[in-house]
Amino acid sequence: MVLTRENAVNLTLAVLLLAVPLIASALGQPFYVTLATRIAILALAALGLNLALGLGGMVSFGHAAFFGIGGYAAGILASHALSGEPLLFDLPGTAQMPIIWLVAVIAAGLVALAIGALSLRTSGVYFIMITLAFAQMVYYFAISWPAYGGEDGLSIAVRNQFPGTNTMRPLNFFFVAYAVLLAGIGLFALIRASRFGAALAATRQNEIRVAALGIDPYRIRLAGFVISAMITALAGALYADLNRFVSPSMLAWHMSGELIVLIILGGTGRLFGPLAGAALYVAFEFALGGLTERWQFFLGLILLGVVLFARGGLLGLLAGKTKHG
Amino acid sequence: MTISLALEQLLNGIQLGVMLFLMSAGLTLIFGVMGLINLAHGSLYMVGAFACAAVAALTGSFWLGLVASLACAAAAGAIVELLVIRRLYDRDHLDQVLATFALILIFSEGTRWLFGSFPLYLDIPPLLQGAVALPGDATYPVYRLAIIAVGALVALGLYLLIGKTRLGMRIRAGESDREMIGALGVDIRTLYTLVFALGSALAGLAGAIVGPLQSVQVGMGEPVLILAFVVIVIGGIGSIKGALIGALLVGITDTLGRLLLPQLLTLFMDPSQAGMIGGAAASMLIYVVMAVILSVKPRGLFPPAHA
Repeated sequence: MVLTRENAVNLTLAVLLLAVPLIASALGQPFYVTLATRIAILALAALGLNLALGLGGMVSFGHAAFFGIGGYAAGILASHALSGEPLLFDLPGTAQMPIIWLVAVIAAGLVALAIGALSLRTSGVYFIMITLAFAQMVYYFAISWPAYGGEDGLSIAVRNQFPGTNTMRPLNFFFVAYAVLLAGIGLFALIRASRFGAALAATRQNEIRVAALGIDPYRIRLAGFVISAMITALAGALYADLNRFVSPSMLAWHMSGELIVLIILGGTGRLFGPLAGAALYVAFEFALGGLTERWQFFLGLILLGVVLFARGGLLGLLAGKTKHG
Repeated sequence: MTISLALEQLLNGIQLGVMLFLMSAGLTLIFGVMGLINLAHGSLYMVGAFACAAVAALTGSFWLGLVASLACAAAAGAIVELLVIRRLYDRDHLDQVLATFALILIFSEGTRWLFGSFPLYLDIPPLLQGAVALPGDATYPVYRLAIIAVGALVALGLYLLIGKTRLGMRIRAGESDREMIGALGVDIRTLYTLVFALGSALAGLAGAIVGPLQSVQVGMGEPVLILAFVVIVIGGIGSIKGALIGALLVGITDTLGRLLLPQLLTLFMDPSQAGMIGGAAASMLIYVVMAVILSVKPRGLFPPAHA
């Protein structure tokens, strides 16, 4: 790895995110550990969306659906593990994170395959609205389906387990989330460097040329969309475990908007953009929320300023413009 | 189920459809002319409802409130266009989504700041209280019928405005070729502000007339905004005719679906389960309709010929 300015900034971000909870934990401030875990998980969710949005140019305004499906996978499996009732076809629930993650990723992947197959027939502003509408469909389904809490949501009594560690300790759970985030960033880098990633980026830049090269843009996009949804769902499962609670608000369109905001704050299409954006967002929320109850008002103003005047986000500011595309 | 219940629900569906039409007409006009996706359209709906409720509470007159809602929503729209939206026409959809998402945060939090978190209530004006008889012993509120009438009037007015007037001609010209109409000496910037204010006023009107049927509160615009998106995606983005037909389709499907689906399912399962599954399925029905229409016509029922 060459030590460019961007790599240096990325490395600093990754080290900072690890250092803050370590220091906070040593000083006996578990609140900051939770804050850092929240950053890591939101960064992972936005990283998933960044694959579709930043790399593939698919502005999905419905990724909350996948985030929520991941969350509900964790919540539902955990509730069945607790009650001992079988889930489906005599399969039991589980409190083991790796299995939950697998279920979350597969469930979201299947839903994304259906939503993507329909939505990707359109493009541009239609795509934005249709992904939003399908996510609302999932949202209303969660609200009106009473079996798992409906509007009230579902609590997870005991945080799910990861083999070899006690996840109820905040620092341990942070390590789990941090490791998954790093793996996600690694996967994103691998995909971006692969032939598939090049094709995906090419469908964003020029669809007609991609088709002329004999690659079907629809299939490339659909694959990208599904992988993107799977990563976001994994983050959703972790988020449910972080809060030990999952509710339809994870599926709400505000969440979809927030995920896009994270990417833009950090820098669209960049490897560490979601992490930079999530850190900035959570810091805003924390600092402004401490100052005023009306922090969302000021968040709106800041966001407006970033969109209108500071394109490129935090990483654009710190690490300069991207080389191309 | 009786005929009168079905008729009542059908009218409710038309009333919902009419309200959605007021929202989606502005949304689709703004997209058609300026190519802008405006998430903050629901905030203008909220502004209209709050203006109406506040002025009605102050003066005791719903009608003054209605005038205030139109004026406030149009003014808010014009100001937002001048300050923010104007800079977004040349940007991609992602920037437009984000900037208007930011506007929602500002509008919602700002309204909460001004009016507090408690919902406001609006009374139905005395003139429109009461009910009319439906066939088969039922009655139907006059106010809801009045909403349907307002929607029909607005649809007619928009048809005349866009089809028959000089302004409408410019709007249509702006939809087909914005550079050309600018070159022909039309002040395109003012035209855009006008169209945006018109769309905002329609959203404000929708918020004000729905005020007496539900509570006026922060966040009321967002569910309606998303339904309006479904409407214009079904109708074809940029088409007012499509918005009208899409709005009625969505309004009627949603209302009748909630009535009929649970009853239909009682044929196959016990009532409590049918109610649960039927209710959940009914809440998803319009999205299923949207998916079906899009799989046949990806650009909606009435896609504009150009763009």
